[in-house]
Amino acid sequence: MDFTVVKIMLSAVVVGKIGVHLFRGLGMAQLHPKSGSIGSTVIGGLIFGVGFGILGYCPGTMVGAVGQGSLDALFGGIVGMLIGAGIFSEMYPKLERNILNKGYFGELTWPQLLKKNHWAVIIPVAIGIAALLFVIDRFAS
Amino acid sequence: MEWLIMERWSPYVVGFGIGLLSWVTFLLSDKAIGCSTAFSRTSGMIERLFRGARTEAKPYYKKFAPSVDWEWMLVVGVFIGAFLSAELSGQFQGQWVPTKWAETFGNTPFTRWIVALIGGTIMGIGARWAGGCTSGHGISGTLQLAVSSWLAVICFFIGGVATAMLMYNVLS
Repeated sequence: MDFTVVKIMLSAVVVGKIGVHLFRGLGMAQLHPKSGSIGSTVIGGLIFGVGFGILGYCPGTMVGAVGQGSLDALFGGIVGMLIGAGIFSEMYPKLERNILNKGYFGELTWPQLLKKNHWAVIIPVAIGIAALLFVIDRFAS
Repeated sequence: MEWLIMERWSPYVVGFGIGLLSWVTFLLSDKAIGCSTAFSRTSGMIERLFRGARTEAKPYYKKFAPSVDWEWMLVVGVFIGAFLSAELSGQFQGQWVPTKWAETFGNTPFTRWIVALIGGTIMGIGARWAGGCTSGHGISGTLQLAVSSWLAVICFFIGGVATAMLMYNVLS
């Protein structure tokens, strides 16, 4: 298995998380967490995963792949994603009434949920991610 | 300047760079990095060419107007950056079938095109359903410690790994 994307994502999250929360503490930045629900986040996430697994690109890396000449990304992935987004916009009014708001929990963050200071979450998560990356590098590649 | 013409950077360097980029976007633009909303807006812009004002009246496009915005330009930037990087390292090459795909499923462009089209369509529906993709939820949301984004990423990988295993182990 190729762990490149996992390594990129996890290291971006550690670096981003520390800086963004530091700037927020200094009053220089604001957070914009997305709201979520079981009906939207879990079901949508699983559907996304199936498409991601079939295609082999995520939306961002797909745009990058087009930039380096991948024609399957341009004529397959990008066109498909535009069609998918269009289909979703058609389905949206019905989904919004029946599914998307099921199990709504709003713009919740882990520090709010656990009632902890954000650094009490950031530091252990950063250590956990570093340990995971170490394990991946050591044993899985 | 040799790093500019390298074929590949360490994934940790890339991740560090994306992390720094998120500092800059929060500080200067008050925005988080994302990608999939740009596809919705583009889809809406194309639909508008055919259906005009009826497109703009759709509830979804009232929320996400079909027009060029900050994130749309970020996606254009990703394309330009990838192109420059590929050109500088001499890697730019028109290719229909990715190498890993060809090893398992053969080198037929038509098969790969159909599968990519289907995968892309499902991914497009899922990204909008979940309210974000591997960028908006996977990087920006998780770094803000949003519960929705951590949950989304877990579901992305459950769906993705299960599907990829099925395709590469069972179907091939």
